[in-house]
Amino acid sequence: MVLEKYILAVITTNPSKVPSGATVFSCENKEEMESIAANLEAILDGIAHALNEELYVIVKH
Amino acid sequence: MNEYTLPIIFGITIGTLTRIYMLRTDYRQYPTYLHGKIIHTALGFIAAGLGSVAIPSILNEEFTAITFLTLAASQFREVRNMERNTLTELDSYEMVPRGKTYIEGIAIAFESRNYLVIFTSLVSVLGYLLFNIWVGLIFAVIALIISRVLMSGGKIGDIVDVEYVKPRFDGAGLYVDNIYIMNIGLPQRQEEVLRYGMGFILRPKNFNARSTIANLGQRQAILHDVSTALGVYRDSGTPALVPLAKRDLNDGRVGVFVLPQEKNIDKALKIIGAVPTLENAIRMPTERNTSEERSQS
Repeated sequence: MVLEKYILAVITTNPSKVPSGATVFSCENKEEMESIAANLEAILDGIAHALNEELYVIVKH
Repeated sequence: MNEYTLPIIFGITIGTLTRIYMLRTDYRQYPTYLHGKIIHTALGFIAAGLGSVAIPSILNEEFTAITFLTLAASQFREVRNMERNTLTELDSYEMVPRGKTYIEGIAIAFESRNYLVIFTSLVSVLGYLLFNIWVGLIFAVIALIISRVLMSGGKIGDIVDVEYVKPRFDGAGLYVDNIYIMNIGLPQRQEEVLRYGMGFILRPKNFNARSTIANLGQRQAILHDVSTALGVYRDSGTPALVPLAKRDLNDGRVGVFVLPQEKNIDKALKIIGAVPTLENAIRMPTERNTSEERSQS
């Protein structure tokens, strides 16, 4: 199956904001969040989108 | 040897040469190498043969021979299929794909060029038989000029004004002028995008152009042409570095965002201006009103 427009992972420093049903990576601070997002972007072939300062999603396009 | 041998050889030669002349390898790099060229030269030879024998068969009152031309039609429709299939297969491995509309345009061009070869051969044999070889040559040159006019379509530069705009970020959103392109989250990606990215605004000159450049295939063709000519800062697995063209819904302008290897603004402007307007993308909404008025009057 080919996925289009699908949230593969959520990276956040504020886990309380994240809905259930997604793979969540909770991080201590912004630097950790950015490095994990960068790695996941490369691994998953997705794009890291910033929804706000404390919430990144990796989306398959 | 009979009276028609020389005219037919003449027609076939002229037709095949026409096909070779039309088979230029340009910046689009297609067809590229020897094998692609051999296929099309061979098909051009067949087309030239069909065009050359038409006039002699009429003069011999063998009118059924003309039905051979219908064979040509189905033969060259096959050429279009062949080109379409090849290009579609290859497209999935392009860094920046051509897109289906562009492929269809190329395939149509290959089919129609064979018909132009038939036309050239037919006209030059006609000139040879009615007058002499020199008139045949003159006819061939005229047919070649007509073919040249017919095979070159319009350019994007004719229907839009192109202008360079530096892309910028507003938060995580990437903008070209006021047109939103995409959301890029990571700061290092944003830096890359600002370092390598170029933005262009295509402002349609009239209402028809607005619909034409709105066509997704046409936009993809622009991205593909710019990326082939200037290189592309991209690799597989980096979807964040994809060139995109988005539309301003208010006034129909299109914002083009590309990541070329060579950041040369003048060259890029020229290339965008020279992108062919794909005949499958051309829309003429203004023609509708006029034709209705005509039918009423």
